[in-house]
Amino acid sequence: MTALLHARHVTKVFSSGLISRAKTVALLDFSLELRTSQPAIIGVVGESGSGKTTMARLLLGLETPTQGEVLYRGKDLRRLTRREWLQFRRDVQVVFQDPFEVYNPLYKVDHVLETPIEKFRLAGSRHEAENLMQQALQAVGLRPEETLGRFPHELSGGQRQRVMVARALLVKPKMIIADEPVSMIDASLRATVLDNLRKLNTDFGISIIYITHDLTTAFQISSNIIVMYRGSVVEAGDVSRVVKQAQHPYTRLLVSSIPHPDPNRQWSDEEPPSEIGSQSKDEVGCKFASRCPYAFEPCLKTAPPLYQTEDHRTAACFLYREHATLNTEKMDNVFLYE
Amino acid sequence: MGKLSLPMLPLLQVSNLRVHYHTPYGPVKAVDGVSFNVEAGERYGLIGESGSGKSTIALSMMRLLKSPGQIESGEVYLDGVDVLELGDEQMRRIRLAEVALITQGAMNSLNPVIRIREQIADGFRNHDKNPNKEEIESLLQRVGLRPDVANMYPHQLSGGMKQRVCIAIAISLRPKLIIADEPTSALDVVVQRRVMQILKKLQVEMGVSVILIGHDMGLMAQFADRMGVMYAGKLVEEALVRKLFSKPQHPYSQLLMESLPSLEEKTAFQLARGSPPSLLDLPTGCVFHPRCPYAMERCIKDVPVLRTIWSEHRAACHLLDNGKARDLDQ
Repeated sequence: MTALLHARHVTKVFSSGLISRAKTVALLDFSLELRTSQPAIIGVVGESGSGKTTMARLLLGLETPTQGEVLYRGKDLRRLTRREWLQFRRDVQVVFQDPFEVYNPLYKVDHVLETPIEKFRLAGSRHEAENLMQQALQAVGLRPEETLGRFPHELSGGQRQRVMVARALLVKPKMIIADEPVSMIDASLRATVLDNLRKLNTDFGISIIYITHDLTTAFQISSNIIVMYRGSVVEAGDVSRVVKQAQHPYTRLLVSSIPHPDPNRQWSDEEPPSEIGSQSKDEVGCKFASRCPYAFEPCLKTAPPLYQTEDHRTAACFLYREHATLNTEKMDNVFLYE
Repeated sequence: MGKLSLPMLPLLQVSNLRVHYHTPYGPVKAVDGVSFNVEAGERYGLIGESGSGKSTIALSMMRLLKSPGQIESGEVYLDGVDVLELGDEQMRRIRLAEVALITQGAMNSLNPVIRIREQIADGFRNHDKNPNKEEIESLLQRVGLRPDVANMYPHQLSGGMKQRVCIAIAISLRPKLIIADEPTSALDVVVQRRVMQILKKLQVEMGVSVILIGHDMGLMAQFADRMGVMYAGKLVEEALVRKLFSKPQHPYSQLLMESLPSLEEKTAFQLARGSPPSLLDLPTGCVFHPRCPYAMERCIKDVPVLRTIWSEHRAACHLLDNGKARDLDQ
């Protein structure tokens, strides 16, 4: 069965500046095959500049790869017919970070739900359309009578984001890409949005790619995780193992930097390594080497491949060079499906 | 705790502070009668969600509140002086010298075309001092930056480095109080840890008081000695950090604790009821009552006052009015 979405050796380079043409490699040789036969939640974790949002935009067809290709049902996104493109936009939905910007303040909340119904001709009558909107809102735990007919500013950030999840659900997608969906929402309301996403996966069989900088929510919601650093995958696999026994030194640094909400569990006193300077374009070797406490000679010369360190995990680090290398195109083979 | 010391006034005493933003729809009660003290050398945390009034408190203490914001009433005594009564010129002299502010966007307030050295020197000059090269370089070293950063421009620095420059400026005149309002919210988690550790190290070295304002319970647990919880313009609970985490008394604090995601085990999400109220149209009685699982009739009518329930622990909840703090373990 062809995969719903398949990124193959995707690299994205951004050029900036008219004269110097400084080049930034936002994503390097990224491959991921997303099948819908096993709907799962995959967490993609990284800091700013890790390439996680570029990856999402490439998967959504909002950016075109500099190298490689993104296939939708086996066909390059750039070569889809109008009809196929419309189907793609229906199958793959997105929830963005900012639940404030996506709304037009002059339109009622209904508008964001009516638009996909019209665009995809989901309803034959006004009555049918209203039923669909109500069902979608109820599925995310919102009361239609308290939500419809209101203006965006009358809803909280959490409620607005849940309306966006309801909107994604309306078109019965196969997959939802959620890019930092809770990072602008207050802590006490985050759980409701995360719970919505989890339910879409379990109750409606929708695959979810959960993109975040927050390892903790990724752990809570995902079954598998991909950790990215400056455009490359550094570690991936079963989320519990990656978080609890991180293998890549960068993942370990990330885990140890989390401020635990527990006064009895203080940060260790060791000084975290220095911050990244500016990226040099002719950098060879592991991108983490300059900050890595374990770096040795090979790390400075060549970029480490992904090693399959265990059944359900992989790490791109020479510390694990005795393990077999993993075909990057098969990275998802290490994922554990429950 | 149990130590003998002369009775001293706290460094900062905020009493009954009320700040409103005047809008065409009526006054937004951003800060609605908040009182708290910060001792000399203490790390005090002020936590709250967006719209809880925590940043408005910071701006009011610095006297940087802009129209339509207006301080309606209250007192802010810093080292015996009510800063709300000071003239503009007196206040300008106190800023940086006595009390400094570091904000989330501080790093973006650095002037892009002026070298770091000059920007640090600027603070001195505003107070009629002229720093030499060594003074500036030693400030940079104290925040973990190389001395040659002095010759750089802001665009040559990462976000974390710029934020550290802002800390260097904040400590340059050895203030008694530093207000850090979400100082690391724009930074990545690894850099955040570094910046917070530097701030903590400096706090200990200088014996300065720091008020950390934020929404991240994790940062509070890592940084603060004592903390206050804000909700809809009110301080609803205040206690030593350890006590607040182990025995939160106000139902809102309990909600915050329950909604903390864990890295230990996957749990069912704790779904909060409702959303914070509109500050234009606050509920009667306790502001939290529409979301409170324990709300009683009294909570709809009477506003609960913040009262001491045991040593160094205050909470504003009618459930605690009979003098009995609830033990969560039971």
